[in-house]
Amino acid sequence: MSSQPEPVAVAPGPEERRNWTEIAFQLGALLGLILLVAIFALSSPSFLTTGNLAGIARQTSVNALLALGMLVVILTGGIDLSVGAVLALAMVVLAMVITKAGLDQSIGMVAALAVGAALGVGNGLLLTRLHLPHPFISTLGMMNIARGAALVITGGASISALGGGIVKFIGNDEILLGSGDGAVSIPIMLFVVVLAYVAFYFFLNRTVVGRHIYATGGNPEAARLSGVPVDRILVLVYTISGLMAGLAAVVLAGRTDSGYPNAGLGFELDAISACIIGGTSFFGGVGTVSGTLIGALIMGVLRNGLNIMSVDTNWQTVVIGSVIIAAVYVDVLRRRAGQSR
Amino acid sequence: MTTTAGPADVLLRMSGITKRFPGVVALDDVRLEVRAGEVHVLLGENGAGKSTLMKILGGAYHADAGMIELKGREVKITSPRDALDLGIAVIYQEFNLVAQLSVMENVFMGREPRIPGRPGVIDWARMRRETAAILKELDLPIDPARQVGKLGVAQQQMVEIARSVSASADVVVMDEPTSALTDHEIIQLFRVVKQLQARGAGVIYISHRLEEVPQVGSTVTVLRDGRYVDTVPASTPIPDLIRLMVGRDLTKQYPKELVEPGAEVLRVEHLERRGVLRDASFSVRAGEILGIAGLVGAGRTELVRAIFGADHLDSGRIFVDGKQVAVHHPVDAIRAGIGLLPEDRKTQGLVLLLSIAENISMASPGDVSRRGFLDMRKVAARARGFVESLRIRTPSVHRLARSLSGGTQQKVVLAKWLASRSRVLIFDEPTRGIDVGAKVEVYQLMTTLVQQGAAIVMVSSELPEVLGMSDRVLVMRGGSIVAELAGDEINQERILAAAMGQEHVVAA
Repeated sequence: MSSQPEPVAVAPGPEERRNWTEIAFQLGALLGLILLVAIFALSSPSFLTTGNLAGIARQTSVNALLALGMLVVILTGGIDLSVGAVLALAMVVLAMVITKAGLDQSIGMVAALAVGAALGVGNGLLLTRLHLPHPFISTLGMMNIARGAALVITGGASISALGGGIVKFIGNDEILLGSGDGAVSIPIMLFVVVLAYVAFYFFLNRTVVGRHIYATGGNPEAARLSGVPVDRILVLVYTISGLMAGLAAVVLAGRTDSGYPNAGLGFELDAISACIIGGTSFFGGVGTVSGTLIGALIMGVLRNGLNIMSVDTNWQTVVIGSVIIAAVYVDVLRRRAGQSR
Repeated sequence: MTTTAGPADVLLRMSGITKRFPGVVALDDVRLEVRAGEVHVLLGENGAGKSTLMKILGGAYHADAGMIELKGREVKITSPRDALDLGIAVIYQEFNLVAQLSVMENVFMGREPRIPGRPGVIDWARMRRETAAILKELDLPIDPARQVGKLGVAQQQMVEIARSVSASADVVVMDEPTSALTDHEIIQLFRVVKQLQARGAGVIYISHRLEEVPQVGSTVTVLRDGRYVDTVPASTPIPDLIRLMVGRDLTKQYPKELVEPGAEVLRVEHLERRGVLRDASFSVRAGEILGIAGLVGAGRTELVRAIFGADHLDSGRIFVDGKQVAVHHPVDAIRAGIGLLPEDRKTQGLVLLLSIAENISMASPGDVSRRGFLDMRKVAARARGFVESLRIRTPSVHRLARSLSGGTQQKVVLAKWLASRSRVLIFDEPTRGIDVGAKVEVYQLMTTLVQQGAAIVMVSSELPEVLGMSDRVLVMRGGSIVAELAGDEINQERILAAAMGQEHVVAA
C-alpha cells in the first residue's frame, strides 16, 4: 500500500456528474426564462409583440445595469445595499446640474457617473481602511447617507423637464431598424445594456483584474499570499458598483425626463435578486455575467407577464419572493452535490 | 491502573470502517475496540486516519462501510447529535464552546434544565448547582458563572470535559488534548482523565507525544496509512511503538542527494515582532535545504510568513542576493523571488474555485497578459508545461483546484512559484495531509529544485522529514532561533532538546 503511487487525483465519475449538475443549473435558469416566456406568450397574444418586448427591455434596463455592479461586489463575497440610494443622489445631481446650473446634459451625465463612483470609493474605503466588520454595515450606512443627501439637496421635491441631449438620447430615444411594416424600433438604452454586459464579460473573464476579483472572493487569503492586491480589488468593486448606479441614474433620468429623490427605492434588493437567481453565490467566487443577465430578464419578464395577465401588484411581489427562494434552494442543492464528494 | 477486562466489558467496537475521499482512501477496513474504564490511545503518523476515524465516531463524517457497536448493540451514527444521544462525546482540538456564554451554559448547551410546568424557562439555579457539582467532582476550581472566553485554554478544555461528564458520556474522545497545554496543566488533565476512567467511561486519546502513552494510557491501537496495524498494551516500549507507526525503513523515503551549496540567496537579520519573533537571523544558500524545527507555537510559521510579507514585522532586514529588500506585502517578496507554500493549501495556497491553470498564473499574470488582458491560450499552455514537468495528475488544466488530492494541490502551488521564477521556496509543512506515496514525490521535487539552484526553507513538525531532507536545521522556541545544527549534529535528540528548552546549542 505505502509503496503504491498516489491514486489518480481526479476520479472521472463524480467529476463528470458534477459538471452535469453545473450545466443543468446554468441551463436551469435559462430554461426557467424560456418556460416563462412560453407561458406568457400562450396566455396572452400581446406578450410577444415588439412593442411589449421593447417595454420589457425598458423596464429591465435599470435593474440589469445595477445587477452587473452588484455581481462584481457579490463575487468578492460582499454586498452593496447603497445602489438604490446612490442612484437617487446621482439622478438628482444630474437633474440639478442641467436645470439649476443650466449646463449641458453631457455635464449632468458625467456628474451622475462621478457621484456614483465617488460614493463607491467611499464604500470601499469604509471596508478596507476603517475595517468595518462587513460591507452590509458600511453600505447600509452609505444607503442612508445618499438617500438623505438626495432629499436634502432637493428639499424632497422632484425636478422635471430636463430638455434634450445625451441623457434623453440614452434613456428615451429609439432606433428604427428596417423599413415599412417590418420595422422594429429598439430603445437606445438596450444598446447601452448590451454593451455593458459584453464589456463586463470580457472584464471578468479575460482581464487580470477580473480574475483577481474571482480569486479575492474565492479565497482572499490565498489571493493575498499570491500577490493579489486584495484591498485595492475591494475598493475597485464598490467603485464599479457605484459607477453602475450612476449609469442607471442616467438611464432612469432620461426615461422619466426627471430627477427625484425617492428614485430607486428597493432597487438594491432587485439587483441582488437578479444576481442570485442567476446563480451567483453569496459566499463569493462563483457567478457569471450571463447568469446575471438571465436573472434580470427573469425578473423583468415575470413582472411584465404578470402585469399583462392583470395579476395584482401585491401578488407579483409574492411571486418574485418565491422565485428568489426557489433559485437559492437550487444553489443549496448544487453546493451539497459539490460537497458530498 | 490498567483494568483487566473480559470481552463482556467491550464498550465500543468499530469494525470494517472504510472511508474514501476523492482520490484517497482515508480508512480501509479499520477496527477499534474500547473497554469500559480504559484509556485507549490511538497512535499514528499525520494522515494515518486517526482524526477521520474519530470524526466518523462523532457523526461528523459518514463511513462508506463498517459497523459501530456500543455495549454490544449495533448503532447508526449519522449526525453529531446521534453521537451525543448515544453517550459519545468528542472533544476536538478546536473547542466547540461559545466564548460569550458562561461555563454552565456551555456545559448544558442543548440540554438546558427547564423549570417543571413552565415550558421553555431555564432553571438557572439547577444548572448552576449541577455544574458546580460536576466541577467539584472533577476537582476543578472554576466558577460556573464565569464567561468561557475569559478562561485559559486548559480550563476551556476542562469545560469540554465537564460537558461530556454532565451528558453522562460513556465514550469520551480527546484529540491531541495536550498540544496547547503547559506541563502543569497536563498533569491536571491527566488527573481528570483518571477521574473519567474511574467513572467507568472509555476514553479514546489521540496524541503525538509518545512519552504520554505509558503515563495516561492502558491500551494502544496503531493506525498507518488508513489501515489498522495492531493493538498493544500501553507499556510497550516506545521504539516498538514507533516501528508500528512507521512500518518501513525511513531512510528510503527521503531521496536526499548532496548538492554543493552555491552563493547565499536569502539572509535575514534581527527580525523582530513583539510577542512573536525575537531577534531571528539566518541565511540560506542556493542548493541548500534549511529545515526549521520546533514545537507548535514556537514561531516557525510566523517567521516565514513575516519574511514573505504576509505578516507585519516590527524591525529587521531581509536580503536577497546580498541586496536589501523592503518587504511590506507579499507582492514585494514575490518580486524579490520568494515563494511561500503555506501549511494549509486549501485556505491559503489555492483558490479552490478557480482552475489549475489560473492558480498557476496567479502570482505572475504579467507573463501571460497584454495591457491587463489575459491570453487564455498562454495561461493554459504554461500550465500544461508544469503539469508535465511536475507530473501533476489531472486530465485537464481547466479542472478546478478543488477536485485535486492534497499532493497534487501542493504541486500546483509549487508550479505557481516556479511560474513566477521564485528562487527561494519556503515550504511550510510541505507534506501535511498528503498521502505517503505523494510525500515521496514532493521530496523528490525538492531535491530536483535544489539541484537546479533553488534555495529551500522547510518548516516541519515531522521530525523524520526534518532529519531526512535538511542540510542544516534551525530550532525555534518562544519566537527565537535557539539552535543551528549541521551535519552529524542533526539528530532527533538534539532537535528535541533544543525545542523543549533543555539544552542551548550555540549556533555553529
